[in-house]
Amino acid sequence: MTGDGSAERLPPALRAEALEQLLTERGLVDPAAMDRLITRYETSVGPLNGAKVVARAWTDPEYRRRLLDEGTAAIKELGFGGPQGEHIVVVENTATVHNVVVCTLCSCYPWPVLGLPPSWYKDPAYRARMVREPRTVLSEMGLELAGDVRITIRDSSSEVRWLVLPERPAGTENLSEEQLVPLVTRDAMVGVARVKAP
Amino acid sequence: MDGIADMGGTEGWGPVHPPRDDEPVFEKTWQGRAFALGHFSMRLSGWNMDAFRHAIERLDRSAYLDDGYYGRWLNGTELMLTESAVLAPDAIDARARNLRGEHVGEPPVPEPAGPGRAPAAESSLRTVDTPPAFAVGQRVRARNMSPPGHTRLPGYVRGHAGVVDLIQPAAVLPDTNAHFQGENPQYVYSVRFDSRELWGAGTDPFAVTADLFESYLEKIA
Repeated sequence: MTGDGSAERLPPALRAEALEQLLTERGLVDPAAMDRLITRYETSVGPLNGAKVVARAWTDPEYRRRLLDEGTAAIKELGFGGPQGEHIVVVENTATVHNVVVCTLCSCYPWPVLGLPPSWYKDPAYRARMVREPRTVLSEMGLELAGDVRITIRDSSSEVRWLVLPERPAGTENLSEEQLVPLVTRDAMVGVARVKAP
Repeated sequence: MDGIADMGGTEGWGPVHPPRDDEPVFEKTWQGRAFALGHFSMRLSGWNMDAFRHAIERLDRSAYLDDGYYGRWLNGTELMLTESAVLAPDAIDARARNLRGEHVGEPPVPEPAGPGRAPAAESSLRTVDTPPAFAVGQRVRARNMSPPGHTRLPGYVRGHAGVVDLIQPAAVLPDTNAHFQGENPQYVYSVRFDSRELWGAGTDPFAVTADLFESYLEKIA
């Protein structure tokens, strides 16, 4: 029931099962194809992709330049692209400039590099408050920014998707690209955290 | 449209939830099924992403909020499938009741079944052969409008002035595409708004950019 709220709303698990059955028995969806799609987003399309992009940008100045100029093409160089990643713009966080990504209208998110959005990104509190009181929200999420840091919130209101290139932490100068990848978190690539040195 | 989905700047939602590193992609099995059902149902119904988003934003408050993000997907998918005549209204509820042991009649499949519409294009990017109406650095105002149908102009920027930060590629206009009234591709502009312009003097200084279609913007004389 999507209607008037007067009727009992059945549990979503039961309704999803009913819908799958209704479509499957008419040959309209293939449960095996559903399984494959779910597995893809549980295993291969996730923030590890974005971490590889970031680690490459930290260790290869030419790649970094291409990434900041033409994000979609540079990300494609590493093999990542697809739905919700038609046009990805990468913005750089520094000691004094801090970008944070939100989608106030729904939960738009750069799937090819970060996977499906985490629960906090889809929460009404995050969507409502990030464009109004970002310092407070970031603080609640565990990130304290100094007063002189200039914050820019990126509201994903079109098909443009945003990815944050986090600041490379001090003390990682001797680490290789491969060693840097595991340090890069999803939260840092949305802009609600910083990358920490190991 | 003005509704629950347009959340930017709204009050009363409480604290945010700090990120958890170990959060699974799908916390519950049904969420993954709902995600996949939404994905495949878009093709079945011949709908596009704009129309699907508009279905979700037309849900009532409870259907939008109570079962979270994948609950929205599931309920939006139901609306999409019934409006495109793939499913009869109440078909899901009737089957769900029967799955839990009730014995209720199920509505017949609509005749003719299906939307009579081909699946939508995967891509929303288009080229337009006119130059952009606005330039980087130009001051513009987000129109103060409240369209009854789908729009991607957030309420909190309407009527406010900002500066064009970046010109993004042209894309299909959601306002008409969501209603199957044509693609009307337009340039998209990342417009930078000052927090004090949006929320008033005394606000902590920061900037917000929103990605706005050309027809959402007007020149500032």
